[in-house]
Amino acid sequence: MIVSIASGKGGTGKTTVAVNMALSLGEGVQLLDCDVEEPNAHIFLQPRIREVRPVYVPVPKVDERLCTHCGKCVGFCQFNAIAVAAGKVMVFPELCHGCGGCRLVCPTGAIAEENREVGMVKIGVGGGIDFAYGELNIGEPMPGPVIHELKRNINRLGTTIIDAPPGTSCPVIESVYGSDCCILVTEPTPFGLHGLRLMVEVLGEIKIPFAVVVNRAGIGDKKVYEYCEKERIPVLLEIPHSRRIAELYSQGIPFMREFGGWKDRFSSLFSAIKEIAGG
Amino acid sequence: MKQVVVISGKGGTGKTTIVASFAALAGRVVMADCDVDAATLHLLLTPKVIRQQEFRGSKLASIDRDKCNGCLLCEKNCRYDAISDLKVDPVLCEGCGVCAFVCPNGAIDLQDRSSGYAYISETRFGPMSHARLGAAEVNSGKLVTLVRNNARLMAETEGLDPILIDGPPGIGCPVIASLTGVNLAIVITEPTLSGLRDLERILALTSHFGVTPLVVINMYDINKANADKTAEFCKGKNVGVLAKISFDPTVTEAMVAGKTVVEYAPSCTASGEIRRAWREVLNILSTDPDDQRGAIPHETTR
Repeated sequence: MIVSIASGKGGTGKTTVAVNMALSLGEGVQLLDCDVEEPNAHIFLQPRIREVRPVYVPVPKVDERLCTHCGKCVGFCQFNAIAVAAGKVMVFPELCHGCGGCRLVCPTGAIAEENREVGMVKIGVGGGIDFAYGELNIGEPMPGPVIHELKRNINRLGTTIIDAPPGTSCPVIESVYGSDCCILVTEPTPFGLHGLRLMVEVLGEIKIPFAVVVNRAGIGDKKVYEYCEKERIPVLLEIPHSRRIAELYSQGIPFMREFGGWKDRFSSLFSAIKEIAGG
Repeated sequence: MKQVVVISGKGGTGKTTIVASFAALAGRVVMADCDVDAATLHLLLTPKVIRQQEFRGSKLASIDRDKCNGCLLCEKNCRYDAISDLKVDPVLCEGCGVCAFVCPNGAIDLQDRSSGYAYISETRFGPMSHARLGAAEVNSGKLVTLVRNNARLMAETEGLDPILIDGPPGIGCPVIASLTGVNLAIVITEPTLSGLRDLERILALTSHFGVTPLVVINMYDINKANADKTAEFCKGKNVGVLAKISFDPTVTEAMVAGKTVVEYAPSCTASGEIRRAWREVLNILSTDPDDQRGAIPHETTR
């Protein structure tokens, strides 16, 4: 089963929930940190990395001797990644989505493809659980291929927890797509509620069942709860607003290790979301 | 005209709180909310929309089953696994057009996909350019560019300077689109190990694009040792620390009230620290040699 953790708004506690739930379940669980732009779960798990795999995107390589500058590739490319100017072809590799279309349309066979590294995937074990995360190279705009490569490591026979990036657009969709269910982490503030609403809309669109965890319970107002009640969204867990939890987070310590009772609570959270996925 | 972007790498460090407060302090200013997939600035500024434009940022393949002979060439050539059983999955389709090209029967064409809306609005602090990306839609980078172009038009029309940009979290395409060509990037971080790690990556990005960064350590008193470590790290990178802002529950109260913290509680600790930071930003912009116009609005008391 695949459970993803998302939020819409950033900084609501996705990594906190993902890491603490994974550690509470222990062995046999796999955690993937799909926030490849700013991965943080490894700070809490201190994994031993046994494999580092570069991630490549195929980009066009033009043989100027064969190229007639006909511009068919330029006309085809939807991403403006190739241009002809002053009798020369220019490739803008960071814009290239690697679809391979330019090579297909080239009438003289002047275009080949070469691999360009856009990031890497690191695989290992941390806190007794299987763990992998990705890192997008600095300056690369598209995290998609790194997330895709990361998700190829999903162990279909076990339980996989996916820590998704913030936001609601392509990298989030890429991360949560194919999950059996999703936990939306929010905080009881107008910003938290707004992010939650957006993610509820996205998950409706891609048809993934979900439930809510409220983090920093006690701050803000009651509108998140009213919204969940009205929309019949189950609130499976509340994590109280606590200076101590914030301090432990700041030091990279999963708080379930310091507070009694939370291992059971996170295990129950998992049982509850599993039921939602099954229904 | 000058442009200041507020970014963070890590989400939830307080970008919008700072941008909205700066807008309140600036008097009349143009704002651009470039966090187009999870915009929040409007929650504090309650904009009145005066113009709405549809955003068609990408394409989507569509198969005409009457012309299709089921040869599966489209499926075989699609690198995004977006076609299965001769159906296009709109979530996976990148709109590249390879399927349409390889189809021997002309059964596939690319259709424009409406991916959201861009808005121009009026707020109590000046005009605002913002957008809403449709649910599960792609291409937020292009929408960010549209939002920034709209903001620039408004700034030119009204002769307002600078433009305040609320950026998205992360380091990917919408961040790059928010960052390129600005005069100053204010990077908001928090004194956590995650915050520090994310700061390293976002500062590598500003350096990659040659943009001057200034760091704000928000909620610095949550972990003063980490705040010191962050300041030390910035010093090592030759990056200035613009401000340290205290953890102040008033900030959340202001958000619940739908106001910026400098309006809601002008005398609270965080408000004082944000005001000092804004004065410093104005100072820095007025001495920025990149800009010839120098028309910076002065801070007004509200």
